[in-house]
Amino acid sequence: MKSTELVQDYSRYRSRRILFILLVFLGIIIVGMYAVVVGAAGISFGDIFRVFTGRGDPVSEQIILNIRLPRVLAALLAGLALSASGTVMQSLLRNPLASPFTLGISGAAAFGASFAIVFFGSAGLALFPWLSDQYLVMFSAFAWSMVSTGFILAIARYRGATPEVMILAGIAIGSLFGAGVSALQYVATDVELAAIVFWMFGDLGRAAWDDVLVLSLLLFPILIYFSLKAWSYKALQSGDEFARSLGVNAFRVRLTGMLAASLATAVVVSFYGIIAFVGLVVPHIVRRCIGGDDSFLIPASALFGALFLLLSDTVARTLFSPVILPVGILTSFIGAPLFLFLLLKGMGRGYWS
Amino acid sequence: MNIELRNIEFAYDKTPVLQNINGRIEPGQFVALVGPNGSGKSTLIKCINGILRVQKGEVLLDGNNLETYGSNRLSQKMAYVPQTEQKAVPMSVFDAVLIGRKPYIRFKPAKRDMEITADILERLNLASVAMRDVNKLSGGQQQRVFIARALAQEPEILLLDEPTANLDLKYQVDVLKLLGSLTRQGITVVMAMHDINLAAMYSRQVMMMKEGQLFASGGKEIFTAENVEKLYDVHVETIHKNGTVYIVPDRIHSI
Repeated sequence: MKSTELVQDYSRYRSRRILFILLVFLGIIIVGMYAVVVGAAGISFGDIFRVFTGRGDPVSEQIILNIRLPRVLAALLAGLALSASGTVMQSLLRNPLASPFTLGISGAAAFGASFAIVFFGSAGLALFPWLSDQYLVMFSAFAWSMVSTGFILAIARYRGATPEVMILAGIAIGSLFGAGVSALQYVATDVELAAIVFWMFGDLGRAAWDDVLVLSLLLFPILIYFSLKAWSYKALQSGDEFARSLGVNAFRVRLTGMLAASLATAVVVSFYGIIAFVGLVVPHIVRRCIGGDDSFLIPASALFGALFLLLSDTVARTLFSPVILPVGILTSFIGAPLFLFLLLKGMGRGYWS
Repeated sequence: MNIELRNIEFAYDKTPVLQNINGRIEPGQFVALVGPNGSGKSTLIKCINGILRVQKGEVLLDGNNLETYGSNRLSQKMAYVPQTEQKAVPMSVFDAVLIGRKPYIRFKPAKRDMEITADILERLNLASVAMRDVNKLSGGQQQRVFIARALAQEPEILLLDEPTANLDLKYQVDVLKLLGSLTRQGITVVMAMHDINLAAMYSRQVMMMKEGQLFASGGKEIFTAENVEKLYDVHVETIHKNGTVYIVPDRIHSI
């Protein structure tokens, strides 16, 4: 008798978390529409409606379809990717400081971009005339990110896929690539140096339909994979041996999960540069709201991250309009104080120790 | 289901941890594994569960080698309560216990999974804290959560690595009583333990381990002063009270 009440209680608790997810989704739709409207060029909700019913004027059609909309979608997809990856990394490594960049991706991508800018800047275009400058930098950033990820996963294969090994290896590789970036900056010309620095600010102004398409094609399978593995991640959070006793192959689940998270992150970083703090802070905020159950945490974090990045980018676009700030700067400005605030409030005690 | 251990050997890298372990455990038995630190109790438990793979010999469940069971099917038969939980995840007690249903859940828990979880929470007196964060519970309650989570697997065999470590006397007795009641429902309980008097009080079968070997095994009559002295290398004395024998460190040699 009493246990049926308990089931009802728990069902209500589940519904509340689903409600949270729905509210965030609603927030995305509202902020998304606002973000299309707001900006230097005046667009109204009526314009949006007219463009989508094929009766818009060419200027607002151009602005909405080719500038604002890809940018909004890019913000959402990048936020989705970084937050989902961060959440999965934190669960898999049982470490609150894990982020999408734990396997050294930010350093490696920065190195890859700098490498392309310095060595292939103009020479590269002569070598690969079918490539644009921008794509060359993108490919190089992505390739080096995957080199870094592959290297750490290889170490983990050899030395055991424990969280400690992966985190320490990530720190080492990250600092190695950091030194590489410094070296490249030192030998770079003024123009190249400016290009490197500019690349490193994560900026969604680079968004275009091509990369939005690539991102969504890659991201959705990864998100579905994460959701299907949520039960394994939950088991892993209580320790590898316990997970094994529940039939989870800790080694394989951790390695494939890290690979998928790093892949999603690497694509975002090579498209838009380094967008800090979203992947680290958003999982903590959401965990605080709905708890650490991965079945809910992963989708909720992903959506909340999308909302957070879209909000940040919209603020970045409008704060000093018509000057547009790179969103990578703003996420840290918003994210760092928020993170400190959560730390001071002593969130999730026990999870930190 | 019965457990049979045949000539089990296990080594970490090249250091042998278990050697030549033989034994048989019948269904519903309450087994205490005792022995000094480092004698291989935890390792043996992990070998029985298949968390570690034996390098020689075999573990048989109902006469079939452990490895013939798929990992998911095995987790429906046998559950494991680790010695210390890594940092407890910030989630509700109900969510934490529901994880034990994983072998039966593909993606979304069915009503039945929730009902079984609720029932176990009820039985283990955890219903009143079911929606609280696991981290906010006392050590004794947390230990009960981990046992509840193992029971949610509906196992026939329950393996516990020092379930009463870090608990005060009341909780130690609570947990042992709970385990005793499980054996009466036909669940086999195998636990590693340090407190030989509590082990003697609650278990029915004893396996004494020393330096990776089975030093003695049998009923609790093997809890003799002589055996315990050899097992732990300490001097002990026995106290007889109401027909029960208590073994305590010898005052003269200990102080």
